[in-house]
Amino acid sequence: MNERRAAWLFTAPALLVIGLFFFVPVLAAFVLSLTDFDLYALADLHNLRFVGLGNYFDVLRAPLFWKSLANTFYFVGVGVPLSIAASLGAALLLDSRLARWKGVFRTALFAPVVTTVVAVAVIWRYLLHTRYGLVNYLLAKIGIAPIDWLGDPHWSMPAIILFAVWKNFGYNMVILLAALQTVPAELREAARIDGANALQQFRHITLPLLRPALLLVTIITVAGYFQLFAEPYVMTRGDPLQSTVSVLYYMYEEGFKWWSLGRATAIAFLLFALILVVTRVLVRFGKRGGYA
Amino acid sequence: MNRRWQVFAVNGALVGLAVVALFPLLWMLSVSFMQHGEASTYPPPLLPSKPTLANYHELFERAGMGRYLFNSAIVATFTTLFSLALNLAAGYAFAKLRFAGRERVFQSLLGALLIPAQVGMIPLFLLMKWLGLVNSYGGVVVPALASVFGIYLVRQYARSIPDDLIEAARIDGAGELRIFAAIVLPLLKPIVVTLAIFTFLASWNDFMWPLIVLSDQAWQTAPVALAGLSREHVQDNELMMAGSVVTLVPVLALFFVLQRHYIEGLLLGSVKG
Amino acid sequence: MNVLVRLAALVLPLGLGACGAAHDARVTLSFWAIGREAEVVPALLAEFERLHPNVHVEVQALPLTAAHEKLLTAFAGDALPDIGQLGNTWLPELATLGALEPLQARVDASPVIRSDDYFEGIWDTNVMDGTLYGVPWYIDTRLVFYRTDLLAAAGFDAPPRDWAEWSRQLAAVKQHAKPGDYSILLPLNEFELLVNLGVQQADPLLRDDATRGNFESAGFRRAFTFYVDMYRNGWAPPMSETQISNVWDEFANGFYAFYVTGPWNVGEFKRRLPARVQGDWATAPLPGPDGPGAAIGGGSSLVMFRASRHKEEVWQLIEFLSQPEQQQRLHDLCGDLPPRRSAWQGTALASDPYAKAFHDQLERTVAAPKIPEWERIAQEVRYAAERTVRGGQPIDRSLGDLDARVDAILGKRRWMLERRKAAP
Repeated sequence: MNERRAAWLFTAPALLVIGLFFFVPVLAAFVLSLTDFDLYALADLHNLRFVGLGNYFDVLRAPLFWKSLANTFYFVGVGVPLSIAASLGAALLLDSRLARWKGVFRTALFAPVVTTVVAVAVIWRYLLHTRYGLVNYLLAKIGIAPIDWLGDPHWSMPAIILFAVWKNFGYNMVILLAALQTVPAELREAARIDGANALQQFRHITLPLLRPALLLVTIITVAGYFQLFAEPYVMTRGDPLQSTVSVLYYMYEEGFKWWSLGRATAIAFLLFALILVVTRVLVRFGKRGGYA
Repeated sequence: MNRRWQVFAVNGALVGLAVVALFPLLWMLSVSFMQHGEASTYPPPLLPSKPTLANYHELFERAGMGRYLFNSAIVATFTTLFSLALNLAAGYAFAKLRFAGRERVFQSLLGALLIPAQVGMIPLFLLMKWLGLVNSYGGVVVPALASVFGIYLVRQYARSIPDDLIEAARIDGAGELRIFAAIVLPLLKPIVVTLAIFTFLASWNDFMWPLIVLSDQAWQTAPVALAGLSREHVQDNELMMAGSVVTLVPVLALFFVLQRHYIEGLLLGSVKG
Repeated sequence: MNVLVRLAALVLPLGLGACGAAHDARVTLSFWAIGREAEVVPALLAEFERLHPNVHVEVQALPLTAAHEKLLTAFAGDALPDIGQLGNTWLPELATLGALEPLQARVDASPVIRSDDYFEGIWDTNVMDGTLYGVPWYIDTRLVFYRTDLLAAAGFDAPPRDWAEWSRQLAAVKQHAKPGDYSILLPLNEFELLVNLGVQQADPLLRDDATRGNFESAGFRRAFTFYVDMYRNGWAPPMSETQISNVWDEFANGFYAFYVTGPWNVGEFKRRLPARVQGDWATAPLPGPDGPGAAIGGGSSLVMFRASRHKEEVWQLIEFLSQPEQQQRLHDLCGDLPPRRSAWQGTALASDPYAKAFHDQLERTVAAPKIPEWERIAQEVRYAAERTVRGGQPIDRSLGDLDARVDAILGKRRWMLERRKAAP
């Protein structure tokens, strides 16, 4: 067997699986999004109509789509910076020469990342309970009145953001920590001798060198956070007042609650386009050096 | 004195963060041993007054959690085993074997990373229905038999294998399959461990796809069953916490034992890309 | 793989039969029940299995919140059970899909199930285009729960019978209430009361063979205005249910004197209200525009899935669960109200003061529009009310919008009916 034949033998099974179960469905989704596939079509394919871009226009006209989009942007816009700030803070602490038991701390801070969203959402739902939750208990200790985290439309999204930051900051922390460890110690030492304080060292030495890593984690996190679903599904079911309906949650309801599968796939494509545009903009922004 | 204060501040902050990260998990464990309704008191109790296993009994006997954990274990194990085989072979081929169109195919695979899995989810569901795989382990395992991320990870790692080694084996007359099995695989061992943990955790934690494709209770995985329970038994906190404990223990145990490999793989997949 | 399964299905019973155990020859029925009923129904099934030793029933509990998705996914995946409990707003969907077995012939031959013993409104919800698809299991209708003491303090010794009287009482209660308290709780995330007020009118909710919304009709406009005025006059707080931490506590605190809800809350009120107000609440039928009005008959039916291979046994189970005694037991176990008149007679139910108002109203129940799109339309009805109450949108615009949205939802149905007419 020559090298070329072996190569195809080695790649064919994986390519077949990915082609059949990823690329084919994605292409089919596009076709589906141009039809009115729904409950009636599921019962009898004769009830299927080609509607062109009708689903896309319908979705763009639906107030709930815009609401879900606003909710998702809220989640991404507040959640991503908070997550990255938490990751960066934790990474800087772990990178510090003064830190002890680094391995233990790294493991502890990373643990939430590997947990199952559904299981920890159950915990958080209870930590955030209005009357019996520990979060409100601690707030009461410092004189803050109980907050109806998951029942008040103003607090439901912050609650979900809080949860997501807790769950995810360890991931970026590890990436940023690795990047920090590539910052030459001499550079900082030199800056310190020149009289730069810790903050100045961070701003002028560490941050510029960290930029590629920061851009990377930003893109990963933005793309991930746009796909918000399990958190509202378990914690709030999109309530109160649809304040936690994300685009993906909206797609799930359209598709699997109301069985408007054509429209649901159109929503999925709109989300895809959105993620593509936003990440592209971030990449360009990052390349131009807009971070400083 | 100043330095000691700094040491204290840095480590104190780390302890604080670790408490935030771990407290919910420890508290879950504690509540799972509480009497029914005990957690719903004010101020919130931290430890059970009279520890009980009643919640676990109820979880396994009445809610049938054993079955769901079994389903999860089967699904995650098979997904891991099969996808390891496929991803290792493909990743190695993309790194080391020369064939026409290699770069083009690989680039288009990478493009797939940008498409959220949810885009194709609905047709995939219809495809699974057509294949008769809805409500079966196959419905979850089959689409996960290969992953772009896995191939990418293996390729990154396999590129460090010296070409000379493979060439020398070829000159000695070894076939490609033999080279892969006898020479390449042992060298790929670290990434095998890493990828195995990654796949197992991702499969165990997956929620949306199993929710859709395993609608029959008998086939549900632990997270899906837990979500169902938690939406119904909003009041039964102690029971829910026990459910969370048994869902989380396997992944956390796996992580704590093999965390070094996991984190190395994560870095390989992102920074060195 | 399918072939293997089928082979196994053929061979296995033979192999087991050879062992000679009658136990293994039993037919196993899968029964999907939802929420509370799923928890209590096994208690009824013990006797059924004793009477029918050849049948074993396996109950699977669907969480209420995920039941709808699951039923449809199971249909798509050919994984429906033999028998199921189906909320009667979901019946049209599954009937449209062809997933349900028509039952009229079996009912005609049945010594147990007599359609004239059922309340008409609830029986009618199970008939789609003249075909019967389910047998009502329990019935649910919205009723007024009210605080007798607060009403008495406002100068009334009886619950309202019509809208005008209700308005007077709401205004008076509000006047006598503490600052910050209200007369009635109408959670903005519910559509039930508004839709119930709508069916009390002569104009139907949908027109043209249920292919267009009829919400700009004079009748629905009256209902909508009456409903919205309850907020505008400050009688009802513009809140959704999640904003009220605990409806029972707040009812006890006098935050509101009227609450429109269903029969399951009779048990909850008895259990959860503190002793000090236990003597001070009662139930009353929904007031109509001129005297006691109609209301939507909800609840669940028992259905036989078409794909079942044990239809005789399924029918035995449906007949068993439809016996008046079993319906009374179901009531004892979880408070569900029986849909048969004979199940009400000569029992504790007939004399229960809280149930009396329900019984009264059950005779006036009507079916909600029996189309698959109904639940979605009902959601739109609620959004329309929310837009006027919370967003201050003029009523005309809300109703115009509502009709436009409903027409869009019904577009597919319209097209299908037109096509059917064009090609006879």
